[in-house]
Amino acid sequence: MIRQCAIYGKGGIGKSTTTQNLVAGLASLGHKIMIVGCDPKADATRLILHSKSQETVMHLAAEVGSVEDLELEDVLRVGFGGVRCVESGGPEPGVGCAGRGVITAINFLEEEGAYEDELDFVFYDVLGDVVCGGFAMPIRENKAQEIYIVVSGEMMAMYAANNICKGIVKYATSGSVRLAGLICNSRKTDREAELIEALADRLGTQMIHFVPRDNVVQRAEIRRMTVIEYDPNCKQADEYRALAQKIVANKKLVIPKPLTMDELEDLMTEFGLMDEDESIVGKTAAQEAVPCTAMAA
Amino acid sequence: MMNREVTEQLIQEVLEVYPVETGKQRAKHLMANDPSLEKSNKCIVANKKALPGVMTARGCAYAGSKGVVWGPVKDVINISHGPVGCGQFSRGGRRNYVTGYSGVTVFNDMNFTSDFQEKDVVFGGDKKLAKIIDEINLLFPLAKGITIQSECPIGLIGDDIEAVAKQKAADIGKVVVPVRCEGFRGVSQSLGHHVANDSLRDWVLSNRDGQEFSSTPYDVAITGDYNIGGDAWSSRILLEKIGLRVVAQWSGDGSIPEFETTPKVRLNLLHCYRSMNYISRHIEEKYGIPWLEYNFFGPTKIAESLRKIAARFDEKIQENAERLIAECQPEMDAIIAKYRPRLEGKRVLLFVGGLRPRHVIGAYEDLGMEVIGTGYEFAHNDDYDRTFKELQDGALIFDDATSFELESFVERLKPDLIGSGIKEKYVFHKMGIPFRQLHSWDYSGPYHGYDGFAIFARDMDLAVNNPCWKNMQPPWQKAAVEPMAQAA
Repeated sequence: MIRQCAIYGKGGIGKSTTTQNLVAGLASLGHKIMIVGCDPKADATRLILHSKSQETVMHLAAEVGSVEDLELEDVLRVGFGGVRCVESGGPEPGVGCAGRGVITAINFLEEEGAYEDELDFVFYDVLGDVVCGGFAMPIRENKAQEIYIVVSGEMMAMYAANNICKGIVKYATSGSVRLAGLICNSRKTDREAELIEALADRLGTQMIHFVPRDNVVQRAEIRRMTVIEYDPNCKQADEYRALAQKIVANKKLVIPKPLTMDELEDLMTEFGLMDEDESIVGKTAAQEAVPCTAMAA
Repeated sequence: MMNREVTEQLIQEVLEVYPVETGKQRAKHLMANDPSLEKSNKCIVANKKALPGVMTARGCAYAGSKGVVWGPVKDVINISHGPVGCGQFSRGGRRNYVTGYSGVTVFNDMNFTSDFQEKDVVFGGDKKLAKIIDEINLLFPLAKGITIQSECPIGLIGDDIEAVAKQKAADIGKVVVPVRCEGFRGVSQSLGHHVANDSLRDWVLSNRDGQEFSSTPYDVAITGDYNIGGDAWSSRILLEKIGLRVVAQWSGDGSIPEFETTPKVRLNLLHCYRSMNYISRHIEEKYGIPWLEYNFFGPTKIAESLRKIAARFDEKIQENAERLIAECQPEMDAIIAKYRPRLEGKRVLLFVGGLRPRHVIGAYEDLGMEVIGTGYEFAHNDDYDRTFKELQDGALIFDDATSFELESFVERLKPDLIGSGIKEKYVFHKMGIPFRQLHSWDYSGPYHGYDGFAIFARDMDLAVNNPCWKNMQPPWQKAAVEPMAQAA
């Protein structure tokens, strides 16, 4: 039984880095995995393949004429730990329809039997915002059943996580997809783990792991490698392996209960991310008659 | 003769079948005619989205632009931009006649499409479009321009066809017109007419402003005539016979140079108000050229219209008009003498588009026929304003009729002839009712002008008095005594 997981989260939160390190961790534990990049940027597999970016389904399809002319081996690359990698690909920003690219690519993978192999896991690394139906393709019926949201203690990352939960509710009620947990990719904000645990609790899920910030991730990334491969004995590698183990053992799959805007803001206020004093809303620095430096402090 | 109360009762009976909410909505689109009405906005609702679950006869915005307004233009190449079907299934079905040589001076007998594939949706079609325009220019160097008729995906993926059009117009030195007529826009083909009118306004109409033109005081343009079966030709000769010079035909057998010289005419003659009132209003506002609606169906309306047109010019033209009417009258009298006895009192039900639900009434009346009901597929309220006076009191009026309503009306009213489109034709043939297609003239035409009326009268007679209608009952269903009698 293949477990299919989709990773969502705000743009720039570290989805691709976290996914690849996590997948490398799973591979080092002996699991067979495929990563499907669902972002036209096509950067979901570079650390596994040591490449700038792999040739994508849609670009190859455009070259040969149509997706029907492609074979699975044209688009599938195998990297670190035997991890199979596919990128859906898509247009450059501002043209065409990236969402349709995801739909086409995933349909192609299904038709070509990419899922019939002896895989343990498939991970979909999806564009930050589920802006249209195409980016929800990985969580439709018979695709990913588990969703992990990468989040940090920053306000906008939490907004995004809550919005993604709203999308999950829609697909959870019409299919079998469930929220499996929040992965906190630390930005070293105050009381971050506590905050994300509180958010997870309100959403009805769990913070499955707190991934601390460590510069070794960047050092590995410069070498187009995961931490697991670059320095398997470092502390951060342990963290990713711990996350991998928790995911293997994870049974807590829920339909999330998204927060209302007021509830979310209350939570942030509670943790000092927002000011309790509502009277400051909409006031400029000049109106408040305090120097900018004082504001920043 | 129709009766308002009876018609209203008929409407109520037909509406009874619907669920409450649907019935409430549809009731607003049906009425009994009252010729004393001036404005329709209080008595009929028009130009609203068709209800889900009913069959509508409407088309889409692409159909309105590519099929109606731009399709008949002979010297441009219309690219159906998107997947292949829209272009292929809108090709050559409307019978817009043109003169010229295919591939040399005439291009609308071919289908040009960007044949969108998945990769074009995903990566955008702008580069492909630019390449197609270059290829067209190479293969058909005599085409005067290129239009980009947007199909649905273009609007969905946000392709910048305007930028491509500007760039390519500069590259090839010809008119390149982007038309945002994606099928999902609007409620019917009507929006496509408007969008196409706007594209003519923005990219073509004023291209020769400030250039020399040898005007005459008798220059006119024909707008809203799509030359179906040659309609514009049989109209044009009448205008020429009374001394006018037809500078442009919009858009049947029309061309880019004709559009560009239209701002030089004295009077704009508008046949199909629905599909070209937009550009007519613009030409009036920008160039001060008035527009005049006319009706060239049947001798009564033709004479009325010729006098109305001539009144806008000098006495010479007015004399010419009177002479022409007098000259043609004996021939018209002969036609009426031949066909009226065969058609007198026959009852007609119409369901068509643009102008015909009201414009052909006079022609039927010239033949002694009676229009008992009329409906528009995609009218706006100003069309109904123009209909009440043309139609007898109590006649049935229906807006965007559903197939159920249309069939129910026919079952109850039992007309002798139905004039509608290809989607309706065989349904009513199977009900044993004579039918003529009033979109394409059923492979016939022209129906405009004096020449057209001769053909119109003959065609209606052919339909109504065809002996086949007497043989609707198969032999095995006839009374048992009959074959015995025949055998004896």
